[in-house]
Amino acid sequence: MLEAATWLLAFQLAGEAAARLFQLPVPGPVIGMVMLAIALMAYPALADRLRGVVDGLLSNLGLLFVPAGVGVSLHLGLLEREWLPITVALLVSTVAGILVTAFLMRLLMPAEDRR
Amino acid sequence: MSEPFYKLWVYLAAGPLVWLTATLIAYQIGRYLQARTRGNPAANPVLIAVILLVLLLARTDVPYAQYFAGAQFVHFLLGTATVALGLPLWREAAMLRRHIGPLLLSIAGGSVTAAGTAVVVAWALGASRATLLSLAPKSVTTPIAMGITEKLGGIPSLTAVLVILTGVLGAIIATWVLDTAGIRDWRARGLAAGTVAHGIGTARAYQVNPTAGAYAGLAMGVNGLLTAIVLPYAARWL
Repeated sequence: MLEAATWLLAFQLAGEAAARLFQLPVPGPVIGMVMLAIALMAYPALADRLRGVVDGLLSNLGLLFVPAGVGVSLHLGLLEREWLPITVALLVSTVAGILVTAFLMRLLMPAEDRR
Repeated sequence: MSEPFYKLWVYLAAGPLVWLTATLIAYQIGRYLQARTRGNPAANPVLIAVILLVLLLARTDVPYAQYFAGAQFVHFLLGTATVALGLPLWREAAMLRRHIGPLLLSIAGGSVTAAGTAVVVAWALGASRATLLSLAPKSVTTPIAMGITEKLGGIPSLTAVLVILTGVLGAIIATWVLDTAGIRDWRARGLAAGTVAHGIGTARAYQVNPTAGAYAGLAMGVNGLLTAIVLPYAARWL
């Protein structure tokens, strides 16, 4: 567990450093994610050491959004004033986004790979 | 409250322990309620935890900054979890390489649709400029979205809230929308959930099907990448 956590933090740190150093528009953790995927291509054995911690982290992903979500208490006034445009915008865009992504994928994937 | 209890509360409320514990307990209650409703997407654990904690803060008169000083340790792991998505990404690398075009186009199409319709609808209904700018990156995962909004001149903490509302909404309605539309391919379902509802959609996708989860994680990463690069240019027209 400790080894996996160390690897993940090291990649996060490397990603953060690269993002700052090269002034990339992409946040550090996303760079770290790509770096980890590339490292796994070179050393697939690393996957076995990471699996437990990664699965634990990803199956509880929702928890990690809670602290930022509680920030809603800062914006109750604005949400009350603009609740209609915000609610309708979120609903319409979420449904539209889901449908467009799923239908594009169905349309563009070659037939033999469709399931 | 009696005097010794009040003193104890004042002491504890100032440190991170209470807020860290409260965050975990609130989320556990959310998970328990979801299990009790046999995985009903409407009993979303993130939503339940946020509501419970907002009520607790209001009841105890604790400002958000004081809560966040404790809960930030959980918040920090969001970055680490984003890195961890590299593993499912690698697992799907062969499929990704073979279908890089269709996958990128699907994610980009969904991403532009979600951001575009959100801004246009909110604008048409009279939302303020700050809200519009904070709304644009809402389909991207929190740390990325907050960074983008800051660059655009929106309100980062409002974006965080809109991101999470979007994620919760997406996780709740995705199953129903995709069933109604007749999309059965787990890859397409996961890709849609991850593109629109980022990490919360991904968490939901993992819960439903591992393949959907991997594609959701992939879509979340790619969408974050694309939006971070494209949106600062697109927002010049706002």
